[in-house]
Amino acid sequence: MLWKSLEGKSQLLLFSTRVNRHLRFTSFTIFIFVLLVLPDVAFGVERFPPPQFDDHELPVTTVPEPRRDLYEYLDVAALLAALSLASYLALKKRSRRGVFLLGIFSLLYFGFWRKGCVCSIGATQNIVLALFESGYTAPITVIAFFILPLIFTLFFGRTFCAAVCPLGAIQDVVAIRPIKVPSWLEHALRLLPYIYLSAAVLFAATGSAFIICEYDPFVAFFRRSGSLNMLILGACFLLVGVFVGRPYCRFLCPYGVMLNLVSKASKWHVTITPGECIQCRLCEDSCPFGSIERPTQELRIHNRAEGKKMLAILISLLPLFIALSSWLGVLISPALSRVHATVSLAERVWLEDTGKIEETTDASEAFRRTGRPTEELYNEALTLKKRFTFGGGMFGAFIGLVIGIKLINLSIRRRRMDYEVNRGTCLSCGRCFSYCPIEHVRLKKSS
Amino acid sequence: MCTIKSNTMQEKRNIITRRDFIRNGVRGSCLLALGGVVGLLSSRSRANNTVWQIDPYRCIACGNCATYCVLEVSAVKCVHKFAMCGYCKLCTGYFEPQPNALNTGAENQLCPTGAIKRGFVEDPYYEYIIDEPLCIGCGKCVKGCNAFGNGSLFLQVRHDRCLNCNNCAIATACPSQAFRRVSADQPYLLKGKD
Ligand code: SF4
Ligand code: SF4
Ligand code: SF4
Repeated sequence: MLWKSLEGKSQLLLFSTRVNRHLRFTSFTIFIFVLLVLPDVAFGVERFPPPQFDDHELPVTTVPEPRRDLYEYLDVAALLAALSLASYLALKKRSRRGVFLLGIFSLLYFGFWRKGCVCSIGATQNIVLALFESGYTAPITVIAFFILPLIFTLFFGRTFCAAVCPLGAIQDVVAIRPIKVPSWLEHALRLLPYIYLSAAVLFAATGSAFIICEYDPFVAFFRRSGSLNMLILGACFLLVGVFVGRPYCRFLCPYGVMLNLVSKASKWHVTITPGECIQCRLCEDSCPFGSIERPTQELRIHNRAEGKKMLAILISLLPLFIALSSWLGVLISPALSRVHATVSLAERVWLEDTGKIEETTDASEAFRRTGRPTEELYNEALTLKKRFTFGGGMFGAFIGLVIGIKLINLSIRRRRMDYEVNRGTCLSCGRCFSYCPIEHVRLKKSS
Repeated sequence: MCTIKSNTMQEKRNIITRRDFIRNGVRGSCLLALGGVVGLLSSRSRANNTVWQIDPYRCIACGNCATYCVLEVSAVKCVHKFAMCGYCKLCTGYFEPQPNALNTGAENQLCPTGAIKRGFVEDPYYEYIIDEPLCIGCGKCVKGCNAFGNGSLFLQVRHDRCLNCNNCAIATACPSQAFRRVSADQPYLLKGKD
């Protein structure tokens, strides 16, 4: 019985292969025919006239709508509310607990619920693109995300960083055992955000890439999916963040650069002590981000004179320094320009056309299929390259300026009588409050 | 002692007023600058957001759409413009280049997930419908349809799934620069005329 059925099956198989061969042959001839008769146009032409059916209705192509705008306005409202609350909690209420809880809320809402996109940090690039590219207009919500934290910082300091930014919040919760970064290293690393920001501006202005979004280390967590590399990078940041308070905020965040500068001019700002500093030094090491500055010692007279001389030299060298780094920027601009897809495509096509490279890439094949003349592509790439030469120069000059000012700043001795926060780098998180004995007096009084 | 103290107090106050003065000036100019940026941008801005979409006439169906999206299963799916379709019996978007048989057997299909449903309409016409939940946006069918058919199958970002990332990960990886931002009012770039 079993044997019989097997036999039957094998016979069936034999039969079907014969049929298959036949079919294959016919379909193959059809293919050859199609190949010969019809030119291979990439995007399909009407090779077979669509039939007219009498009693068959054509299905419609569905077009599901994007998320409603309403949600976006809700996001802006949430941002506004969170900023106000953060400023109130940090400056008026002086409650670390409140700031922390609000941070958790922001992490959940802006981070995990809204998937961390769009964020104020990335919105910078939209603004730059909108300013430089007339074809692009930034949506109002994106403008709001960029502007609102800056305005709040201008009045209250970086309360955005304290409790609203989801990237800051996720680092804040893991900052368990922060160590002190040596001051020279801190100063050096704090230059990185400037470089990152100017690179981001350069690439956004030329329409090449949004590198802040591309290399956002935490957005993969917020989305709970993403490329493995970014997940690993994010995990590394969080791991480092256990021992170094908020590594991304301090040593990378490009938006933080602007917040830092703006916060220096803020009208109000959190203070360590609610009253007069009594120089008890209790708060000295309380800031995990190294933002508390000690009172300066009185300087000796001759030291002062020397310092002044040094300062004069530095200031007179500044233009030279800027010119030099601007020249360096122009030098590396060809490499920078390759980030733009059109430039790298043009270079690839050129290499292929001049026979320097044999194999083609997806991109060059795609280009050739469009039938666009290569001249057009080359011209477009050339204009872009020119923009990059200029942009590279500006990029270099800016970095030169920043480093120069940093050096000058380091050699200026500001007089400080008390323990104070550094208005630029302080994130208004409120950790230092409870270290101050005056604060305890205040709390006792108010309760 | 007392005079020294009052001296330092005085000094402190001086420093503070000087700093405040500078701060006020800087703050004023910052506000002006921000206002300028907002004014400039909002004069040209749109109330509507933008979303990402694929220009089907640029897409070469390279397969990146299936792998580069930040979502586990790509937000890009194949869509079918039925009015352009030839309703071919031998659909080159549906069948392997050399199918064993012109039936719905999985081994004959181009689609790795069997997301295209083939249905008989009338002789010799067949209808092909995308089962979207199954589609992974690999573009294999699109390639086949473009090469030998009418090109009525093409890839689109499906906005019920897309997160509308500020920087679409596929757009960065797309070799043909087929991705672009379009207004959320008209979020699709469908082929053919309506
Ligand atoms: S420094 Fe940047 S990442 Fe950190 S909290 Fe502020 S804006 Fe967010
Ligand atoms: S990445 Fe670009 S070319 Fe490739 S399938 Fe997607 S849209 Fe088409
Ligand atoms: S915008 Fe984001 S979710 Fe949408 S297709 Fe691109 S990568 Fe995928």
